[in-house]
Amino acid sequence: MIDLIFKNPEVLADMFFSNPGFIIIFAGFLCAFLPRNEARKFLVGAAPIAAAFLVWRAAGDMDGARRAIEAGGNEFVLMRIDRLSMIWGYVFCLAGVLNAIYALHEKCRITDSSALIYMGAAVAGVFAGDFLTLFIFWELAALSSVFLVWKGGENAFPAGVRYLAIHILSGVLLLAGAVIYARSKEWDFTFGEAGEYGFLSLQDPGAVLLMIAMGIKCGFPFLHNWIQDAYPKASVTGTVILSAFTTKLALYALARTFAGEDILIYIGAIMTCFPVFFAVIENDLRRVLSYSLNNQLGFMVCGIGLGTELAMNGVAAHLAADVIFKGLLFMSMGAVLMRVGTAKASELGGLFRSMPYTTIFCLIGAGSIAAFPLLSAFVTKSMIIASAMNQHEYIVMGMLLFASAGVMEHSGIKVPYFAFFSHDSGKRVKEAPWNMLVAMGLASLLCVFFAFPWGGYQFLYSLLPFPENYYAPYTGNHVVTQLQLLFAAMLAFAFLKRMKVYPDERRAEILDFDWTYRRLGKGIAVWIDAMWTRLSANLAIIRKDFFAKAGQRLYHMFSPAGTFSVGAPSGLPTLLTGGMLVLVLIVVYLARL
Amino acid sequence: MGMLEFFPEWLQYHGAALAVVLPLLMGAICAILPSERLAWITTLIVVSICTVTAFGLLLVTFGGESVIYKMGGWDPPKGISYVIDGLNTPVIFLISAMALLTTLYGLPSVVAEVEPKKRAPFYGAFLIGVAGLLGMVVTGDAFNVFVFLEVSSISTYVLVAMGASRDRRALAAAYRYLILGSIGATFFVIGLGFLYMETGTLNMADIGRKLQELEGGSRVAMVAFGFITVGLGLKLAMFPLHMWLPGAYAHAPSFVTVFLASTATKAALYLMLRFSFTVFDVSFDYVLTVVTYLFTGLGCAAMVLGSLQAIFQTDARRTLAYSSVAQVGYMLLGVGMATSLGLTAGYVHLLNHAVIKGALFFALGAFWYRYGITRTEDFAGLGKMMPWTMGAFTLGGLSLIGVPLTAGFISKLQLAEAALQRGWGWAVFVIMATSILAIIYIGRLILTAYFQAPPEIDGEVVKRNEAPLMMLIPMWILVALSITIGVNSDFVVQAGQMAAEVLGGIS
Repeated sequence: MIDLIFKNPEVLADMFFSNPGFIIIFAGFLCAFLPRNEARKFLVGAAPIAAAFLVWRAAGDMDGARRAIEAGGNEFVLMRIDRLSMIWGYVFCLAGVLNAIYALHEKCRITDSSALIYMGAAVAGVFAGDFLTLFIFWELAALSSVFLVWKGGENAFPAGVRYLAIHILSGVLLLAGAVIYARSKEWDFTFGEAGEYGFLSLQDPGAVLLMIAMGIKCGFPFLHNWIQDAYPKASVTGTVILSAFTTKLALYALARTFAGEDILIYIGAIMTCFPVFFAVIENDLRRVLSYSLNNQLGFMVCGIGLGTELAMNGVAAHLAADVIFKGLLFMSMGAVLMRVGTAKASELGGLFRSMPYTTIFCLIGAGSIAAFPLLSAFVTKSMIIASAMNQHEYIVMGMLLFASAGVMEHSGIKVPYFAFFSHDSGKRVKEAPWNMLVAMGLASLLCVFFAFPWGGYQFLYSLLPFPENYYAPYTGNHVVTQLQLLFAAMLAFAFLKRMKVYPDERRAEILDFDWTYRRLGKGIAVWIDAMWTRLSANLAIIRKDFFAKAGQRLYHMFSPAGTFSVGAPSGLPTLLTGGMLVLVLIVVYLARL
Repeated sequence: MGMLEFFPEWLQYHGAALAVVLPLLMGAICAILPSERLAWITTLIVVSICTVTAFGLLLVTFGGESVIYKMGGWDPPKGISYVIDGLNTPVIFLISAMALLTTLYGLPSVVAEVEPKKRAPFYGAFLIGVAGLLGMVVTGDAFNVFVFLEVSSISTYVLVAMGASRDRRALAAAYRYLILGSIGATFFVIGLGFLYMETGTLNMADIGRKLQELEGGSRVAMVAFGFITVGLGLKLAMFPLHMWLPGAYAHAPSFVTVFLASTATKAALYLMLRFSFTVFDVSFDYVLTVVTYLFTGLGCAAMVLGSLQAIFQTDARRTLAYSSVAQVGYMLLGVGMATSLGLTAGYVHLLNHAVIKGALFFALGAFWYRYGITRTEDFAGLGKMMPWTMGAFTLGGLSLIGVPLTAGFISKLQLAEAALQRGWGWAVFVIMATSILAIIYIGRLILTAYFQAPPEIDGEVVKRNEAPLMMLIPMWILVALSITIGVNSDFVVQAGQMAAEVLGGIS
């Protein structure tokens, strides 16, 4: 089969253009060798657009777009598209274009090239039709994206190594799970048929490994630390690019494999709640956003666990909204970081005077994530919450509502407030570069468009996995409830600001509905944090001791100065040879008995 | 087999003798040639002819045929016969092709590492070494094996000692190699003596037949087997008889190291296979016991301990030398399974490892050639100083680790499959664990090369200085071959299956 492909250029070309990710990856490799910045920037922008066109072409004929090759006795399904992968493909391409505009000012061959390869791997992974192909792109995404982390400077290097280690581990687990699964199916590695969502249950062989692999990549509770570790340390553009793809690819794999798996409902619900506490006490605003990224993923994981048509629609729609508004928020914080040199809440403030446009875009992003009516999450997040209600999962629904309030607090108010308003830090900087403003402007427009009542959200609906399942967001009840919630928060905010009752550091805390609970939460979080620090310090000492001792032992045995390398001229080896002869003769003698 | 038409009928028959006799004669002439350039050209022509001949022989056996060549027209078992079959042609081709590549590489390398007046004799010794290796693989006569074993060994001692102009320690290494190699050869010939006593013949096929009739023979045959196993075990660096190897690899001229690493131990392993499975047979329970328990046990010990030792070396050549000990362990593990799949896997790894180690040692030689680097900490910045050579080293290293799409992956996959089929789950675990050790010792070098800045001399960063083309070409041929095998392993696996078919093994 491989020979056949290489002998026929048409077949090769057909394979190459079958999966939209391939051209992006190819463009990425090309970028690595292109010396001219303009040419690279053109590729970075053009490749996702071309890929989006290929997605559109394949979506026209979903069955006809399937491509597979056979190699080494296994079938690799390079291209398999259905409505689930289609929307993921579009969203990734869209994010790619926005990121390209955002990074237009940066002259860096490594970023351009690895961003493209990384993005291409994510797109190609989404359209992979079997576990082996998925595994290849899963690992490629990890390998290529680590360069974006490393571009963040000296501090980022160890974080990048940890990031890489965790992702390689995830890939290995994925492969192990896939092999165990395929063995029970007579070596059929198929990654679900087209249109089949949730083809595995947790009782199937290998399913637990697969879920852990995907769970690592999309930040399940206690498997999530790499997100907050690596993302805030990456470069300005790097974080924006990273936030769009890795976790979303894992989410796609989860949706395809485990849709309707009950345990995901609870994992998702916990995932929405627990980052809230950490986000509240965090000072680095990019890190706050990393926690909030985790929390948004929780909504989608929960939706996948519910697995109804409405929930799956909600997941897909919220994915589209999330990639845009989370990208927008990271972009605005990136612009701040670039101009001011820090993204720490305690050192920022009053930037609205010098960065007015960035402020407006950040507010739109914050409004979107907090689900203001007419902004994107208002439509998409409520689909997931509504489907939880339809399934009578009231506790889960309560947790999701609590988390929504948390989102309002840390992403909706804390991030823009501390960066752009608050006490004036006295910093006067230039507005963000024009290309960043254009990227943020486009993202803001999309945030509005996805919730636009006259044609906007209807367009989004037409791309969802179940377009016929219609959810009406603008009912009186829904709008009024949401506005009550938000206005109460804003009122409290305005009131407290007017009265100047609270010192600066605590302002962010009061803007919530249930401040006692929040204080308790903060207390618990601080306590856990302190305990954790203490515990990990102690563990680190024990671990260090252990490794130092083990290392010493090994060194004494195996190093050039060690026992095994004693420089006995020829005597010892000769004796050994004699000893071996005796050993062989004894074995031979005993074998005959 | 359309390509076979290019090889005349006489070459298919007489090729076996030609490939041995030509380098043997020309080696003697080469040693007295007045000019080193002339000696190099002679060597190049001779090894090219050998390679072409070996390729022809390979095609013959791929066609499913085997040839028995009678020396001087004397019928075996009285006369000496040369045997061409599926087991030895891949090794013959490997030896002659590696000789060709190292000769190309030698043009710059030998000039840098060997004293001018010794260069023509150096090539002479090299040709005789090639003849010896080819002879011991091709011959069907047990005593002839011993003769060629000695021919190749003695010339190898000389070649290793030639490293003295670069590194005086080469003399001590060569001396140690001489002592141990002689002991190994002596053990081997003692074993042959016992075998002759038992069967009254020296033709390998004939011995095999007689032993079958005797159902394994008496204690004498058992003792013979013990001596032969230890003698050959020493030659193939079976743990713990590997002690001559690191020194010899580390201090010999780069040219010699490459050639030794990819052919000498492989030829000895071939002999071990030949003797354990066709002369003796695994249907004799003493042979089966030794193969199953001793080869596997020592193989696993070599994999673990060799890799650990490789991790702590401060000299990059020694790292790779200890890694070779570990890799021999993989081959022995495959052989120790004694099943058809296991033998295929061991044989495939024999071929793949020759390709991989060849490429890696080529790169190390180039590092020394340009910057005099052998210590691991001096690798800092090599990624910038010699990007192409370091690129080859990296790809070769990945292949050694067993990353998918490289030859090393194919080997390990085959081994793991064979182990599972044999029901040896623990062996898969050992393979995995030692692969991780390989990641450490290769990764250490690669990380130093890419993530540390090049050194500064007198305040100036050392400039880029890529290896000469004559070094890069053979290096990248092997790297490309390693990747090709990784993508499409059919021909290597086919060679392995062909060998396993000749060897038989347990079902």
